[in-house]
Amino acid sequence: MNENLQHRIRARLLKLAHFVALFIAMAIICVPGLWVVLNSFRPTVDIMAKPPVWIPRGLNLDNYRAMFGAVGEGGVPVLQYFTNSLIISVTSTFIAILVGMAGGYAFARYRFKGKAAIFIGLMLTRAVPGVSLSLPLFIVMAKTGLIDTHMGLILVYVALNVPFTIWLIDGFFRQVPIDLAEAAEIDGCTRWQAFWKVEFPVARAGVASAGIFAFLTSWNEYALASQLTRSTFSKTMPVGLRDFTSEFTINWGGMCALAVLMIIPALILTFIVQKHLIAGLTFGGVKG
Amino acid sequence: MSRFRPPAWFVLLLPAIIILAAVVLIPLILSFYSSFTPYKLTRPETLYKWIGTFNYEKAMKSVHFWSAFGRTVLLLTVALNLEMLLGLGLALLVNKVTYGQRALRTIMMFPMMFSPVLVGFQFKFIFNDNVGLVNNALQSLGLTDRAIPWLVDGQLAFFSIVVAEMWSSTAVFAILILAGLFAVPRDPIEAAKVDGCTPWQSFRHITLPYVMPFIYIALAIRSLDVARAYDIVQIMTNGGPARRTELLWTLIGRTGYVDAKMGYANAMGYISIFLAIIFTVYFFRKLNAARSELGMAG
Repeated sequence: MNENLQHRIRARLLKLAHFVALFIAMAIICVPGLWVVLNSFRPTVDIMAKPPVWIPRGLNLDNYRAMFGAVGEGGVPVLQYFTNSLIISVTSTFIAILVGMAGGYAFARYRFKGKAAIFIGLMLTRAVPGVSLSLPLFIVMAKTGLIDTHMGLILVYVALNVPFTIWLIDGFFRQVPIDLAEAAEIDGCTRWQAFWKVEFPVARAGVASAGIFAFLTSWNEYALASQLTRSTFSKTMPVGLRDFTSEFTINWGGMCALAVLMIIPALILTFIVQKHLIAGLTFGGVKG
Repeated sequence: MSRFRPPAWFVLLLPAIIILAAVVLIPLILSFYSSFTPYKLTRPETLYKWIGTFNYEKAMKSVHFWSAFGRTVLLLTVALNLEMLLGLGLALLVNKVTYGQRALRTIMMFPMMFSPVLVGFQFKFIFNDNVGLVNNALQSLGLTDRAIPWLVDGQLAFFSIVVAEMWSSTAVFAILILAGLFAVPRDPIEAAKVDGCTPWQSFRHITLPYVMPFIYIALAIRSLDVARAYDIVQIMTNGGPARRTELLWTLIGRTGYVDAKMGYANAMGYISIFLAIIFTVYFFRKLNAARSELGMAG
């Protein structure tokens, strides 16, 4: 009896410990993000208050209003940055998916000499640190006039995303039985038709997850964008964050507002396709 | 009609090869060449002066370079190991949950959506000695009455950077390891329980081997973009105070853009590229070994 009780208490304690640990972990994950969101609604006086103001008061949209306001009065060309980011991310994701699909299909379906070497070679291009790449890219783009244009950044992001896209999509095409395509060809499809009508629909989840990763990478990239863009015509949002810093002070409220604006699209997109994201990471990697 | 037709795989790979050659390979060849010149952005004619391996020798002899190199390796080792352990812990915690697991998984993915540059600013704000969340909390709780200079003191700044880096990347490990935990078959664990294994033993000898490939995938994915830490460090401290958090990447960026010494920066850039390649190749090899252990080799 006594032993039984002891056992039950131990089980309870373990359960409690598990719950507490989980709660703390989730809090650590959430608090930094939520703090940014909260501060985007607070007046600067409260952000800077000493002693700190813990209970939020006077929440308002001033930071957002100032951000969208006229340039020079604390305004930042946010809409322009947003459009730039959107154009660059969407276009480069689209192209990266097309190129990645072709490449991934080649790796999954064809045997050829030097396959492993070519594969590793493609992967290694992704491992080149952005800042080391940005120096020579800066010189090349300055010479070719691509610097400070959408086109230049799109090209760079396509190249940045292609290796990982190929890796993921290759893994997904390997899961599609080759018999499927062959059966379609016997039934009179061309290889091209067989691909679009049979193989592509089956591997669509993989393509979707590759697309999200490509989009998030382009949307969030900073090291290259900060060097290859100069004016409001091509600056993306991560670079735009710097507009809130001056030499000695940082406009935290305004910056938090832009940060929120930056997270929202990524958040929405990720939640919509969450399932694919996890599937993409695991299957693409394990079975690839 | 004996016109040469390239094989289909080559045609399919061609776009990828062309774009990577144009955006990565050609600039890298250029930077390799310029690393043998005293090229300065402000003096274009210096691009045509050959000085041999002078830049490399200069880097090899530079104390700043070696301390940045050591610090980069240290940061990567510490951060990746801690992220892996915490990710494993987090995945185990979430895996035990029976109700609301989907919601927890969604929350876990939260940091993945944050741009590294945003993470940098966010933690610069949180660790701010005057208005930061950490100091405010510590002072309000009465744990300390002075402002702890998180980003001003060298060692504390390094610690803060590791925290920021971990916050942004532990999720990748946790999600992948969680997916691995789902794939662990139930039977061997039950059998081990019946045979009298302790929970630790069944974790060590059954669960862990199954999860290992997933850990290596996470490491491989992370090793592909470890240099993202550059964004975080550049924003939080920019290598300061007095170079005490200087990493290879911030050193390269400063030498190239602020001092305009492109040749020298490119020489150091090449060394950092080799460091990245070694990391990547190492983890991809581990990944392949783990895969073949599970019989999934492609």
